[in-house]
Amino acid sequence: MTELYQSQRAMRRMRKAAMDRGVVAILDVGSSKIACLVLRFDGPDRFNGGDGVGSLAGQSSFRVIGAATTRSRGVRFGEIDTMAETERAIRTAVQAAQKMAKLRVDHVIACMSGATPRSYGLNGEIDLAESVVTENDVARVLASCDAPDFGQDREVLHAQPVNFALDHRSGMGDPRGQIGNRLACDMHVLTADATVLQNLLYCIKRCDLELAGLASSAYVSGISSLVEDEQELGAACIDLGGGTTGVSIFIKKHMIFADTVRLGGDHITADISKGLQVPLAQAERIKTFSGGAVATGMDDRDMIEIAGDSGDYERDRRQVSRAELIGIMRPRIEEILEDVRARLDAAGFEHLPSQQIVLTGGGCQIPGLDGLASRILGQQVRLGRPLRVQGLPQAATGSAFSSAVGLCLFAAHPQDEWWDFEMPMERYPARSLRRAVRWFRDNW
Amino acid sequence: MQPVNPKRDPAPTRLSYRLNRLWLTPFFRALLRVGVPSFVIVFAGGFYFSDADRREAIATKYMELRRSFEERPEFMVGLMAIDGASTELSDDIREVLPVDFPISSFDLDLEVMRGIVAGLDAVARADLRIRDGGVLQVTVVERVPAVVWRSRRGLELLDAEGHRVAPLAARSVRGDLPVIAGDEADKAVVEALLLMNAAAPLKDRLRGLARVGARRWDVVLDRDQRILLPETGAVEALQRVIALDQADDMLERDLVIVDMRNAARPTLRMAPGAVDEMRRIKSLEAGVILQ
Repeated sequence: MTELYQSQRAMRRMRKAAMDRGVVAILDVGSSKIACLVLRFDGPDRFNGGDGVGSLAGQSSFRVIGAATTRSRGVRFGEIDTMAETERAIRTAVQAAQKMAKLRVDHVIACMSGATPRSYGLNGEIDLAESVVTENDVARVLASCDAPDFGQDREVLHAQPVNFALDHRSGMGDPRGQIGNRLACDMHVLTADATVLQNLLYCIKRCDLELAGLASSAYVSGISSLVEDEQELGAACIDLGGGTTGVSIFIKKHMIFADTVRLGGDHITADISKGLQVPLAQAERIKTFSGGAVATGMDDRDMIEIAGDSGDYERDRRQVSRAELIGIMRPRIEEILEDVRARLDAAGFEHLPSQQIVLTGGGCQIPGLDGLASRILGQQVRLGRPLRVQGLPQAATGSAFSSAVGLCLFAAHPQDEWWDFEMPMERYPARSLRRAVRWFRDNW
Repeated sequence: MQPVNPKRDPAPTRLSYRLNRLWLTPFFRALLRVGVPSFVIVFAGGFYFSDADRREAIATKYMELRRSFEERPEFMVGLMAIDGASTELSDDIREVLPVDFPISSFDLDLEVMRGIVAGLDAVARADLRIRDGGVLQVTVVERVPAVVWRSRRGLELLDAEGHRVAPLAARSVRGDLPVIAGDEADKAVVEALLLMNAAAPLKDRLRGLARVGARRWDVVLDRDQRILLPETGAVEALQRVIALDQADDMLERDLVIVDMRNAARPTLRMAPGAVDEMRRIKSLEAGVILQ
């Protein structure tokens, strides 16, 4: 865990450096598109939103000055499949965003949806040396969480304290300065495949960029598309992406669970392509223009002209009704949503006080999806769009950009993570100089 | 239905990506926009001027241009006009001002020339200016001679302030002016003129004034009579003597010196033999009476 601690702290330092410089790039590496936003941080004092308007969710202190999207290449299931292709796609997006921003960016905060994230709820408990809880105690209780064996090649992506308990009082956000005898904490740890992350890191490094942060896209799209009440009372965000569908559960403004279903919009496109015998690009076009989730009587008469790209335009002319298209799409959508249901059940979503479900991501634009989803997932379903961010171009305000926008918010207002606290002394190597320095500092 | 052509989305090569990023670096941009042009200009200028011949050619060209501008007819001065000076003085001025007409007005240093003209003895004040039509106008106020000074070096004319005006060949040339004599008499010309004024009643007998020991005046009359005046209050002392003279015809008598140096004790010196002469005359008068 110590190496992880060091590497994450190094990343945090990099982010601080980027903030000081005032410019940071956001990179959302998805299976269908790669989005790059360039943020400029003005500092909170520059924000003047009129009377009574404070900084909401921290999005006020930055401004999007460059945005670019490119077709994703070489990414499958949110994981990098062909490194060279992905690298070129990242280069395209970054260069276009830089051009729009008229500024060079060196630091990048990235998110990815694949890498099979796994959630762990850990808890730890310590006796307080003095009755007042100090920052050092928080670090100690976080370090005392007994981590299970994450398995081979797993890397910790997030480790967020979600709850503190002091003696018999639970549900504390910040125990510092309070008086008690026993401090306990719950920590949510999200791990991901190390090799997949390594590939992303390598691609970013090949683009001459420095990684200043890494996040799970399920988490960041939850940040951007759940409103504050939903985050507080309990809600699930379902990010219907191209290759994967991300699931994240929030309560008390903390993520307590995240997972991905390795099914997405690309699979629907593939189904259409196979079912109607059309090329993938055309299937994608048919899906976006005429796709749907619920068929009505009208759809039987709504004929869609399709043609195989066989070069025989005269002979190869077919028509298909919209009802048939929906008939192809619907089973796949149901499959995705049932998988999501299974993940939510496994996470114990039904025990939450509020069971709001928010659908976001590019896939949620399928007409009639909310009706279908409410049958499978529960009554409280809505379609979510990301929060509005200053300077974001109109083209990038759609639900497909919820993880990119969420990453902006994550960059501006990072949540406390385990490595934000000083490492407790016991965790240092036994004969290190820093341990001696710490001992002196603590005892004088 | 039209066949679907995916939108072209070319990726930049690594090199073009790097160059693009380099170009977006503010420091590099500033260097390229300011640094390189200024370096080129400085370098090219330095290279051009490193050759002595080129430097000289440019200097010559510059001087030529300057010359041709200065020698335009508008700036040329053709002659000198002298106002307020006598013929001899204007000859002198023409002699001391070494100007070869025509000359450009840029080459005339009027301040220096004014200094030269004002340095002449006979000139009290001089004004020089360049008038319309290329005329160097010299306006001179001449010194007016007030006294003749007979010094060890000869005769000189002095103005009322004691400034030298001109040498004088012979006393008879300026018989109208009074004469002063003695060392440093020129320093006390003002007082001398006052004394001359006061001595107006003695005008017929006055020969001149003599400066004694460079500190006081003697009034020299004919018949070798002298009135010795004090250092201070000389005019008053002279007025007293004149008053005595007018009352008693004192100076008509056989005196040699009237010494007024000590105001409390004026002294007369008789001519040698005067007392005997007076007694003889007295005895004669008495004899006549006795007879």
